[in-house]
Amino acid sequence: MNVTAWTFVLVGLSFALYIGVAIWSRAGTTGEFYVAGGNIPPAVNGLATAADWMSAASFISMAGLISYMGRDGTVYLMGWTGGYVLLALLLAPYLRKFGKYTVPDFVGDRYYSNVARVVAVICAIFISFTYVAGQMRGVGIVFSRFLDVDINTGVIIGMGIVFFYAVLGGMKGITYTQVAQYCVLIFAYMVPAFFISFMMTDMPIPQLGFGSELADGSGMTLLEKLDNLSTELGFDPYTDGRKSTLDVFFITAALMVGTAGLPHVLVRFYTVPRVKDARSSAGWALLFIALLYTTAPAISAFARTNILTTVADMPYAEAPAWFTNWEDIGLITFDDKNGDGIVQYRGPHATDTENELDIDKDIIVMANPEIAKLPAWVVGLVAAGALAAALSTAAGLLLVISSSVAHDLLKKTFKPEITEHQELLTARIAAGVAVVIAGYFGINPPGFVAQVVAFAFGLAAASFFPVMVLGIFWKRMNKYGAICGMITGISFTAAYIIFFKFVSPELNSAEHWFMGISPEGIGTLGMLINIVVSVVVSLTTPEPPEEIQQFVENIRVPADAGEAHELSA
Amino acid sequence: MDQQSRRLYWRKNLQYLAILLTFWFVVSFGCGILFVDYLDQFRFGGFGLGFWFAQQGAIYFFVLQIIIYVFLMNRLDRKFGVDEKGDAQ
Repeated sequence: MNVTAWTFVLVGLSFALYIGVAIWSRAGTTGEFYVAGGNIPPAVNGLATAADWMSAASFISMAGLISYMGRDGTVYLMGWTGGYVLLALLLAPYLRKFGKYTVPDFVGDRYYSNVARVVAVICAIFISFTYVAGQMRGVGIVFSRFLDVDINTGVIIGMGIVFFYAVLGGMKGITYTQVAQYCVLIFAYMVPAFFISFMMTDMPIPQLGFGSELADGSGMTLLEKLDNLSTELGFDPYTDGRKSTLDVFFITAALMVGTAGLPHVLVRFYTVPRVKDARSSAGWALLFIALLYTTAPAISAFARTNILTTVADMPYAEAPAWFTNWEDIGLITFDDKNGDGIVQYRGPHATDTENELDIDKDIIVMANPEIAKLPAWVVGLVAAGALAAALSTAAGLLLVISSSVAHDLLKKTFKPEITEHQELLTARIAAGVAVVIAGYFGINPPGFVAQVVAFAFGLAAASFFPVMVLGIFWKRMNKYGAICGMITGISFTAAYIIFFKFVSPELNSAEHWFMGISPEGIGTLGMLINIVVSVVVSLTTPEPPEEIQQFVENIRVPADAGEAHELSA
Repeated sequence: MDQQSRRLYWRKNLQYLAILLTFWFVVSFGCGILFVDYLDQFRFGGFGLGFWFAQQGAIYFFVLQIIIYVFLMNRLDRKFGVDEKGDAQ
């Protein structure tokens, strides 16, 4: 069987699995729709959180980005894992004790204010739409490359699948499909990594192979060889940093804090039965995520070495099939500037000749098995894994949008008199509408999808995180502080990013940035501003009412956590 | 639970957080970013030590920290009699 046939079989089987799971775990009540009835065991919730969190960006793009960034790639590796420590220690157990349905629920109740609730809803919806458009785009790319269908048809098939289980199953359906999707995606990520690590270093475990001697008899370690190759071709050595220390610090912090403030991740901690389960399920989630995140930098180094040895100074006529396949859909471009028929791949410091090759970073993970000449079924498996990563995240985000509309806006703010049945129907309609809008953005991506990801993290870092942490750890924090803090944090961060990304992109370089902090890292400063404003405003306005101080006392202690929700409220 | 033991419970919780978050900061921002060049002069297997912390080590320590946190808090809950009864279903 060839690659396309294997891909059809593996993708088809995985889709059938998700649909089967969704039918088996339909939601019947709002409690099941929003928080899966609040009785998901912690390890299962950890699996679901891992799939929820790891998106097309983690699966498809990250290793490729790192292979170009070298050591600086750590901003993603630490940034997208370290946030779980903050989640586990500062947020998850207290949110579980609070025990409602959504993140705006917590903000609205703790700050006794519907204004605060609505500000939170707007942030949640904006962050989620930004993300989900990127996932749909990822689905389209996988379909078009591996299944020879049009990108638009691919997006529509993806929409159909997500629509089916998110609308039908709500949080309960999503949770169990995410467990299945985690298994598919981690298997798909690890199998090629084991193969390649074993082929290149005789050590099958990629985390160790990454630091081992090469099997080619040269006596060099992988990283020494990679540093040498990079320098020879005029690139910076792989294990050196290129960004300023301050910028790496700020970007890492923004991604960590942003992770801990993302609504689709936070909401998962409402689904476990007890406070102690919320703590341990954050640990399970990070363990499952770490499996992929410690493999990713190894894949980056292996792939980079393979690419540099394969394509640098390769005669174009002898280009392998994967090279021409990706060239056909425009993700590899070769321009034979000196007309010698040889592909010259050179870095910015090269002096002998011009660079003639451009490889899109997003293809590294998907092309890696083909570059390493692995069997066809492994290539098909990677396609199924990429789809699992994109669909699981899309579903979690759509649920946040749907619950924000049906629960926070309709039930809690504008029409409190609706019945549970009507609320559930609204939630399903909202999920359906959100799928269609997300699909539209997937087919007609705004040119800035990739850039807006930084935006979403910055916003989450500068808005939700300080308000939630201060709400738990500082009783004196009141609604005035929270509202002013969220608004200044968001406005500052948004203004900085919009200025450098959209208004004056020509100024987007280190010498124009404030203190050398890139737009990706500015959320950290936005968060600090939010904290200062919240504290100053809270101290100069009346303290919160007695019952709110009681409320804070109450969420700090686990006993009597009670049910996750009022079942028919 | 009376006012006095509530306060004691919370203070102990904050102590654990202070220690664990300091450790969190040291392994990630410390070893992986601020002192990465200094640590790179030491070898760890085929890695420079700083590079290893930045791309592998910090993540292992994150997992370890949550495990320690869960253990400490479960013990604290039992000591103050605020651990929740019943099984995860």
